[in-house]
Amino acid sequence: MTKYKIGIDVGSTHTDAVILDENNIIHAEKTMTTPDVTTGIINALRVVLERSGINVDDVATVMFGTTHILNAIVQRRGLGKVGVIRVGLPATEAIEPMLDWPSDLRSTVNGGIAMIRGGHDYTGEPLADFDENSVKNALRTFVENKVNAIAVTSVWSVVNPEHELRIRELANELVPGLPVVLSHEISSIGLLERENATILNAATINVMINAVNALRTALINMGLGHAKMYFAQNDGTTASADYITKFPIFTVIAPVSNSIRGAYVLTGIKNAIVADTGGTTTNIGALVNGYPREALEVEIGGVRTNIRAPDIIAIGLAGGSIVEVRDGDVKVGPVSVGYRLIYEGIAWGGDTITATDIALAKDAMKIDDPKCNPELARSKIPSWLVERAYAKMVEMLEDALDRIKLRPEPETVILVGGGSAMWPKTLRGAREVIRPGHAQYANAIGAATALVGAVVEKAYSYEQVSRDKAIQDASEEARKRAIEAGADPSTIEVAEIEEIAMPYLPGNAVKIRIKAVGKLKL
Amino acid sequence: MTEFYLSKQDVEDLVIGAAILGTGGGGDPYIGKLMVLQELEKGRKIRVVGVDDVDDEAFVVPVAAMGTPVVLIEKIPSGKEALYSLKLLENYFKRKVDFISPIEAGGINSTIPLVIAAERSLPVIDADGMGRAFPELQMVTYHVYGIKASPMAISDERGNAAILDTVDNFWAEKIARVITVKFGGSAWIAIYPTFGKPYKEAAIRGSISLAIEIGRALRESKAHGENPIDALLDVTHGFMLFKGKIVDIQRFNIGGFARGEATIEGLDEHKGSKLVIRFQNENLVAIRDGEIMASVPDLITVLDSESGKPITTERLRYGLRVIVIGIPCNEKWRTPKGLETVGPKYFGYDIDYVPIEVRMRKGDQL
Repeated sequence: MTKYKIGIDVGSTHTDAVILDENNIIHAEKTMTTPDVTTGIINALRVVLERSGINVDDVATVMFGTTHILNAIVQRRGLGKVGVIRVGLPATEAIEPMLDWPSDLRSTVNGGIAMIRGGHDYTGEPLADFDENSVKNALRTFVENKVNAIAVTSVWSVVNPEHELRIRELANELVPGLPVVLSHEISSIGLLERENATILNAATINVMINAVNALRTALINMGLGHAKMYFAQNDGTTASADYITKFPIFTVIAPVSNSIRGAYVLTGIKNAIVADTGGTTTNIGALVNGYPREALEVEIGGVRTNIRAPDIIAIGLAGGSIVEVRDGDVKVGPVSVGYRLIYEGIAWGGDTITATDIALAKDAMKIDDPKCNPELARSKIPSWLVERAYAKMVEMLEDALDRIKLRPEPETVILVGGGSAMWPKTLRGAREVIRPGHAQYANAIGAATALVGAVVEKAYSYEQVSRDKAIQDASEEARKRAIEAGADPSTIEVAEIEEIAMPYLPGNAVKIRIKAVGKLKL
Repeated sequence: MTEFYLSKQDVEDLVIGAAILGTGGGGDPYIGKLMVLQELEKGRKIRVVGVDDVDDEAFVVPVAAMGTPVVLIEKIPSGKEALYSLKLLENYFKRKVDFISPIEAGGINSTIPLVIAAERSLPVIDADGMGRAFPELQMVTYHVYGIKASPMAISDERGNAAILDTVDNFWAEKIARVITVKFGGSAWIAIYPTFGKPYKEAAIRGSISLAIEIGRALRESKAHGENPIDALLDVTHGFMLFKGKIVDIQRFNIGGFARGEATIEGLDEHKGSKLVIRFQNENLVAIRDGEIMASVPDLITVLDSESGKPITTERLRYGLRVIVIGIPCNEKWRTPKGLETVGPKYFGYDIDYVPIEVRMRKGDQL
């Protein structure tokens, strides 16, 4: 019996759905994204199921790449109140938690702050005696404040998490059932950024639970109650619904990774530059060993965090970008007509010159839409403007491609996304330019085919622990996390080992980062 | 205006200016910025006074943080560490401090003295001992003008503190560095205690207001749609050295210092040229097509050509579009003892120091 996988990816304008079997794309659909996200996902699911005509009983998994969490943070909607515990006194007092958050977000999320004595030094030795009584008092206050979750961040918990773990034990005794998020499970060195990510994670747990429940109900209604639900994570891997309700922040920019992973799945090329051109922006990232290359810092909704996320350059140049002549200069983007391209674009009989019109007039692309008439673009746009605008567009893309590179050598460039057809077959700095079939569905395909994964980042001193032992310890923890995320234990392998020396710290201090991935446990 | 109170906007501007004066090093000023903002949020005031407002007999003590940037971003300070150091020095000298001073104009140490000034309700002097960032404790004009680093006090957040009395300022650096490691990688010092008269002779004037002015010029020029680089060069009397794209970065970790070399390929008016920047925490030498364009102690700062934001040496990477500017250092560094302390030879480069404006004039005649 065929086992189908469905992948769904939420973009700013379109929600895409694809159905895959073991090796092939069976059917793909584009629908409109809705403000609440969930309705759009359900629409996409319904359309792709109906039009493909597959038997719903044969669907094994449904994988979502969604913007629920990002939208909740950016729009300050549905966020929970968080009891914030920071362990690190007498250090850390100089900067209170959430000090530089946008004030509306802080007042929405802040359910009380407790600064506790304790934490560690980079050597793993205690910074100060741990003050358990103050933790208990804080927990009682949080209950009075009716918080929805607790976020705990201890100094150097990436070296020694014992105080964070102890607080979880205390909370489980005193306030059973209240979610407790520990910073060492969220991100790495950089107390404020890690604390911010931990608080945002705690604040969005309810958003994720509600989304999962709504989607689960929808699946049941469509006869898909038996299918397992997975959610795409920021690093290009996926995790089970149960796991992701504990770590919703790991989905916050997952759709960006999905297109990069999708480019890998569609081409089999493990190392390349990927440009995902949509209607408003082109996101450019790097594919390294089959996964997106990651950046060190990400700002989410005005809050600085250090969650691992794809290293992306976003430029305001895509299918709907408006082309104008200003002071004798040709300008393309960043303003876009977005989904109104099919009403306002010249080739559709409208009166706004868009990047798509230029590409059509240049005969660089074809569009399979009876309402689109390239002749209109050719006759209405002067040829000098077509030439100059197209040259400008290509140059903008080439500059952005170059900025994401880490070496001067030419690299393979993979073009994906709904607007990617407008690009030429050769680009400066590219060894080859590939636009695979189904390029416009790369993100949903990336979501559908992702492996289950987990990342662990810990700091060690090689003077205290041998290198082998440190790597083994971190790998074991990553393995455990991957199983928790829904990976089949027999298929788990370590996909990446990264050692980062910490300069100026004596004792041979290093940060080890392990990524473990495995197949879905079905 | 010799005296003013810092506003929140001043603090935002100051840290941008401090990052530019940090010449690629000095640590991320973000933590320091938040510390000052928290003081202002508590309603405390920070009074900045001019060097000439300091009496000859006044007791002046510079304060600073030392240690590893990675520790400072994880073990956030208590904000009281430097207070312990200050207290210890006061007990030692049996005298209250009258003025706080910065030792460094770049990076995190541009803001630490402001926090202490706020906590102790003491005025902070609009001056420093570098006019930029440098990595070692003796690399200050206070040293050049014969002020002793010790007795100095060093503390941690637990309240551990020590007084050091060293035979010279190099020993102060060496011993303090070892203690810093034991404290967990960061320590807080009160150092170069002195009186108004010698201080006024040794200090680099106007450092705080210059950093604020730089930040403000960048912000306002962007808001008015003007070229921020022109505004920056105007305020700093600096020179545009090069515009290009980073094509190579090499790093070597030698003796606990992050050394390296960045190669920048020219764009626009510099097409066909290459600029090499050598750095050790801070940018030290800029060489264009084999010819030296600028060297320490003059300031070399790399800016992102799109945002105009300064780029620290650890963040330099292939593909970045950058503008490199050079800023003349303070005249005090151009004395024989100044150059002996922070000239190119001290950093291991066998080149003679030529002031940047002289090099630029020569360039014009070619």
